Amino acid sequence: MNRVDHAAIKASDSDVRRPDGGPTADPRIKVKTRGVSVFYGDKQALFGVDLDIDEKSVTALIGPSGCGKSTYLRCINRMNDTIEGCRIEGSIEIDGEDIHDRSIDPVLLRARVGMVFQKPNPFPKSIFDNVAYGARIHGLASSRKELEEIVQSSLEKAGLWGEVKDRLGQPGTSLSGGQQQRLVIARAIAVRPDVILMDEPCSALDPIATAKIEELIDELRFNYCIVIVTHSMAQAARVSQKTAFFHLGKLVETGPTELIFTNPRESRTQDYITGRFG
Amino acid sequence: MLEQIAHSRLVLIALSALVVWAATLFLLGRRRAVVLAASSISGGRQMHSRPNYHGYFAALLAAGPAFLALAFYALFGQALADRIAISDLPADFSALSAFERAVQIDAARALAEGGGSGVIASEQPPAVGTLATAMERSRGGAKLIAVAVAIALAVLGAAIALMRIKPALRARTMVERVIGGLLMLCSGVAIATTAGIVLSLVFETIRFFGEVSPLEFMFGLKWSAQTQIRPDQIGSSGAFGAVPLLFGSLMITLIAMLVAAPVGLFAAIYLSEYAGPRFRATVKPILEVLAGVPTVVYGFFALLTVAPAIKAFGEWLNRVLMNLFPGVEGPIIDAQPTSALAAGLVMGVMIIPFVSSLSDDVINAAPQSLRDGSAALGATRAETIRKVILPAALPGIVAALLLAVSRAIGETMIVVMAAGQRAQITANPFSDVTTITVQIVDLLTGDTEFDSPKTLSAFALGFGLFLLTLLFNVIAQQVVKAYREKYE
Repeated sequence: MNRVDHAAIKASDSDVRRPDGGPTADPRIKVKTRGVSVFYGDKQALFGVDLDIDEKSVTALIGPSGCGKSTYLRCINRMNDTIEGCRIEGSIEIDGEDIHDRSIDPVLLRARVGMVFQKPNPFPKSIFDNVAYGARIHGLASSRKELEEIVQSSLEKAGLWGEVKDRLGQPGTSLSGGQQQRLVIARAIAVRPDVILMDEPCSALDPIATAKIEELIDELRFNYCIVIVTHSMAQAARVSQKTAFFHLGKLVETGPTELIFTNPRESRTQDYITGRFG
Repeated sequence: MLEQIAHSRLVLIALSALVVWAATLFLLGRRRAVVLAASSISGGRQMHSRPNYHGYFAALLAAGPAFLALAFYALFGQALADRIAISDLPADFSALSAFERAVQIDAARALAEGGGSGVIASEQPPAVGTLATAMERSRGGAKLIAVAVAIALAVLGAAIALMRIKPALRARTMVERVIGGLLMLCSGVAIATTAGIVLSLVFETIRFFGEVSPLEFMFGLKWSAQTQIRPDQIGSSGAFGAVPLLFGSLMITLIAMLVAAPVGLFAAIYLSEYAGPRFRATVKPILEVLAGVPTVVYGFFALLTVAPAIKAFGEWLNRVLMNLFPGVEGPIIDAQPTSALAAGLVMGVMIIPFVSSLSDDVINAAPQSLRDGSAALGATRAETIRKVILPAALPGIVAALLLAVSRAIGETMIVVMAAGQRAQITANPFSDVTTITVQIVDLLTGDTEFDSPKTLSAFALGFGLFLLTLLFNVIAQQVVKAYREKYE
């Protein structure tokens, strides 16, 4: 699976530009979306997005506010279902399975596709219970010992174990903003997802906490497919392998991050990343 | 001419005159400010406030003090005048007993007000007539003084206001200060009223405890509020143990909460987490209509519909149990035509909207981010509510329940009609019990003398009820405070 060479990324990238797509036999593609449009009531927020998201890598979604990147993100774990009057068209496949298929339970889908929000949202519970929450719901641990192992390994993967191992009983809300965000990431990891969606995970954090989260994302990409929405071009450049630029509800351009930032094909992308609008 | 105008009509005329006066001064003050502003532009001096504020300033200064003087007269003028007339009473009065004096003074007052209340001058002793004349004279004087003072204040205020209107006058700040004062006054009225009620309760309660031991009141198990009319009367010595009443109140409250807490809470959860917007928009107001039903309507619903049904059910249950345990003598369940259960159930229905409305607010206050976070981990709605939203909202829900409890303890009409009169401590909900509120109503209605322990005990009960509900409200507020700190 580790044959992610540059040429291959470019190849899959050119696939995206061909709307016909073809079968997702390609094991490097985790999430495949074709013609995804989203409507909030009468208002259309997304216009026919075709995008392939690679397995075990970080894909950054960039674009000005209101461009639909968060809406697209929320399609992948069907969080848009919880919004009244929201309608989705087109197909979204994870591992070749249509997530809108009748056989897919959206609740279980969300266990496979974790999500981290803009503002850290730990539950008003202890640090331990926060991380154990998903594991308990899905019955991932058969004993207290197993549960403790899951909590510890999740916190370790989120780089928080060292800081909280002596105070697991304290409320999650007592942590600092950056620690809360890593706690929330640990909480998502504990459910053993394949995909982790991050919706501007650092926009509420200071630069030091941001650096820690970025470091964490860089480590997590070896095991997870990560999709991150960000307003920071620098962050997209630092953490992602692939970047997709959204504008006015449309996917304008997608490709390897280095290419998008050094040699974009579209002039709108060029304008946005050089700060001429957005 | 002034003497012929009745007290209330005089006050009305004076008030209307003041309104006109205030409007005039508003226009005058505003005009003066406009003129000043026009000339000040050339003089290079900016007006501090806009002309309207100068107008308000003049109106307030002209009408405010005069209004206060009139208000003082309207509230206390006549009483004060009577007091002066009484203070130099004719000599005949000093020989009378306190009681007769009071009767005669009342009669004189009625005469001074021009009769009409069934007091006829020729039937009264001559002293009363003398006093009535003195009162009339004194009242006329008070009227004159009041009108004179009000006019003087109005003119003086207007003059001062018009003189003070200058570019540098901070009319805007002054008006602001007056408005602040008015608002403070209004909140003061609410607080003063509460304090007055509590004080009156406290004094009467102290009087009651002068005749009945507080220990008996608080711990006595027998309530029979009677006092001897003759010293040698048998069988009517009163007992003032409030425990059975408290027991009755708490039992009915418990039954009511057993109905209202689950129904109200689950309704709130359904409405805030499950129901669609259209359904919620329809059902929530309907649910809140329950809170608008007059309690007396609930009362006769309890008495005429629920209580008979409960009695029939109790009797059926009794027959079943008697058949099951044939050895037992007498009724196992003693079902009465009025019962704790009937009153409690109906009161529970009445309280449902309190619980549901308050809980709904609390549940909605839980941040959406928590719901999203839980949903994103693959939790269902019910799991999210049970494991995240309810624990987070629990303090608020507890507070809502406590407020509902104090509402239930203080509720009167339903229990008066459907709970019964018998003060007893029983575990049988089919039996009739009486509550603190029922006894207060009972003690204070009909012919009562206001110095017997029987009547005074009502104040002691009222004071106890006040302390009880105060306790619940304070706890509820503390819980809500702790809850607020958690989110902010």
